[in-house]
Amino acid sequence: MSDAAPQAAGAASAPLAVHMRGICKRFGKLQANDHVELKVRSGSVHGVIGENGAGKSTLMSVLYGFYQADAGEISVYGERAHIRNADDAIALGIGMVHQHFMLVESLSVLDNVLLGAEAHWLLRPAQAQARARLLALMQSTGLQVDLDARIGSLNVGDRQRVEILKALYRGAKILILDEPTAVLTPQETQQLFAVLRQLRSQGTSTILITHKLKEVLALCDDITVMRAARVVLELTAERASLEVLAQAMVGRKVQLGRVAREGAAPGEVLLRAQGLNVRDALGVARLRDVSLAVRAGEIVGIAGVSGNGQSELLDVLSGLLRPDSGTLELGAARFAAENWLQPRGARALGQAHVPEDRHARALVLPFAAWESAVLGYEEQPAHSRWGWMRRGQLRRLTQGLLERFDVRPRNARLRSSQFSGGNQQKLVLARELAQAPRVLLVGQPTRGVDIGAIEFIYGQLRARRDAGCAVLLVSGELDEILALSDRVLVMHQGAIAGELAGADCSEAALGLLMSGAGA
Amino acid sequence: MNSSLPRWADLALLPLLCLSLALLAAAGVVALVGQDPVEVLGALVQGAFGTARGLSYTLYYATTFIFTGLAVAVAFHGGLFNIGGEGQAILGGLGSGLVALWFSASLPAWLMLPLMLLAGAIAGMLWAAVPAYLQAYRGSHVVITTIMFNFIASTLLVYLLVNHLRPAGTMAIESRAFAASAHLPGVHEALAWFGIDWPQSPLNLSFVLALVACLAVYLLLWHTRAGYRLRAAGHSPGAAQYAGMRTQRQTLLAMALSGALAGLVGMNEIAGVSGKLILEFVSGAGFTGIAVALMGRNHPLGIVFASLLFGALFQGGAEVAFDVPGFSRDMVVMLQGFIVLFSGAMPYVFAPWLLRLLRALHLVPKHAEAPRA
Repeated sequence: MSDAAPQAAGAASAPLAVHMRGICKRFGKLQANDHVELKVRSGSVHGVIGENGAGKSTLMSVLYGFYQADAGEISVYGERAHIRNADDAIALGIGMVHQHFMLVESLSVLDNVLLGAEAHWLLRPAQAQARARLLALMQSTGLQVDLDARIGSLNVGDRQRVEILKALYRGAKILILDEPTAVLTPQETQQLFAVLRQLRSQGTSTILITHKLKEVLALCDDITVMRAARVVLELTAERASLEVLAQAMVGRKVQLGRVAREGAAPGEVLLRAQGLNVRDALGVARLRDVSLAVRAGEIVGIAGVSGNGQSELLDVLSGLLRPDSGTLELGAARFAAENWLQPRGARALGQAHVPEDRHARALVLPFAAWESAVLGYEEQPAHSRWGWMRRGQLRRLTQGLLERFDVRPRNARLRSSQFSGGNQQKLVLARELAQAPRVLLVGQPTRGVDIGAIEFIYGQLRARRDAGCAVLLVSGELDEILALSDRVLVMHQGAIAGELAGADCSEAALGLLMSGAGA
Repeated sequence: MNSSLPRWADLALLPLLCLSLALLAAAGVVALVGQDPVEVLGALVQGAFGTARGLSYTLYYATTFIFTGLAVAVAFHGGLFNIGGEGQAILGGLGSGLVALWFSASLPAWLMLPLMLLAGAIAGMLWAAVPAYLQAYRGSHVVITTIMFNFIASTLLVYLLVNHLRPAGTMAIESRAFAASAHLPGVHEALAWFGIDWPQSPLNLSFVLALVACLAVYLLLWHTRAGYRLRAAGHSPGAAQYAGMRTQRQTLLAMALSGALAGLVGMNEIAGVSGKLILEFVSGAGFTGIAVALMGRNHPLGIVFASLLFGALFQGGAEVAFDVPGFSRDMVVMLQGFIVLFSGAMPYVFAPWLLRLLRALHLVPKHAEAPRA
């Protein structure tokens, strides 16, 4: 136990649903859990927060039987438990809702819930039994889903409800939710919380893994903060505040909110798109008549639930995707749909692009850091000469980038895949910002990135903006949009649903536009 | 293969372990047919490396495997599985052979041999370019098309030899012999220029060409911009597109280079040894190249070692078949099968066991398993 941790109030008297004591887990040189203690009161919502790599996921994997702890013990409802695999965990009444849903898209909701827990060897009777039980369950918990809908046709909020139903159907009294709100709109998040409160009133205990501090404060009864494999703080929600939690997570004061801008007022338009339309291979409209302009020295945020055309917008603006119609002005250059911009041309015109998908686009994972650090810029004289890569020079240049952007470990020869998500992101950002771009496209800059690194990345983006760069920011995180944007455009179903000035936009207003209600 | 194993164990210990187990399994079969495994293995090693002549044969076989192994490796780094080394080698040999038939009487060796080299490379390249084009621009899977192209290539060779290239009135299915200018000097001839005595063997100067090709492939893939792009497109087409590369072109380039390398087999077999176009001068080397590249981890240096191993098996196996009664060449094929199985598939099985063993011996820190994200 850390000496910084006061006793959770009231823990002594109430029965504990889960008590993990002295959990240690080591992976090679990495101590993932170091004498971790977790006390979840029965019928409470318990938040476990911490940065990536703090050990939350490992701890939950130990509880759910994916890993065996090297040391320590687990009690469930006061009984010593030996959890060797997920089946043991389920038998003990522990259910887990993973961040990435484990559902079969082509099957119906009913069949998905049934899968692996069929009560009869024939499908029909099994379905009938399950349907009856599920209807009762949906009634009592407020988790309403159409049991006969195919998973593939459901939105993420519904899919998540199916996952929760699945766990409850298997008799879960203790629910583990791993980053459940990462994919939800604010409204869907509110609905999820209502369900969790309902479950709490019925005696279900919930462990909520998250890095969104506001949600922890809104929902949880008790909070455990982890940092660097240890528990650094345990407290009840009444005693917690954003500042206290953030500081405990990161180990120092952090500034993630809005910052008064220092640079000059926005200048000339550097990026202007008009009437962009994109249909995908199936003929579905992905972008509908999107027009926007970004000026020098401003950050324009694109908010929206993922899948509403933001990815296509970034692809079109960076030259990766040719639109069916529309025009683009990039600096002094003009492009029409027939003769669209190419990625190389975009770079030559001073546009840099931090793509949404680090793994599939921004990095070649098996490449050494110094190779990934020039991806897209390998033709520059400083990087290659007469067709030969200037390996020594590239390593030195990359070493400099790693230092300037605080990428750890500072090893230019390390494979790109061996850096953590946050450090990969910093490497990509370093590569793109090293070009001192006039126009910067940024997609999900902090997805899967630690708070400490987020603060750093925000600082870099603001500095670029203040230096006169036109920044277009696509993000699914409302806090991020609010913290960075000078103007916000909201996308819904491929169209711009509304525009708000950064200073006077609120989460509620954005949420309404994101759900399409503002149109 | 398994990132949690230390590098030395992954690159040296694991392959050696797999090789030993393959030999052990083969020894079991040898014992089953009533022969002494130790004697057979001894005869194999002696046959492959024991004499200058045996060593020469080993290197001669290895030369062909280096070409086909490099061909597979280059395609692999471009994200493609080129099964068509066999057909590309046949076409390469055909290209080299045809220019030799047409021009060897009138051209001097210093012009003839580079011309044969070029013709072989280009013919192999073109033969690979068709499946590459179909893959890049039409989406036909290169594994399927290259396999089919192997059949087409071998029937094309038979057709040309039987109907057009066979001199009138002869029974043997082969072309007339090339003039002397189309003969790539053997190593024994080359060494004789320097007064060194070396027994006569099929080993010829294309062995040097193979080593140069290894170096060239290494430099191309890891030191040039072209190689950088080829590997980027091979490992991550999405990232390559993002970087502004045309991935279709990279597919074409990788397959063309791959076909050119396979096409050089003809220099060893046709220009170096047979001196005429014959049937079956490739005889499975294109497929062995897949095993070679697999064992050599698609790295030129590894391919040299793997080629030596397979060359030794061919040569040593032939000696064993000659020396040991009841031991046929098919036994050697079986041994190769074991090696491919054990070095191709079994490392995934052995790696965790090896890791546990190394931990027990305190050679690796405990619990070095990869953490979940």
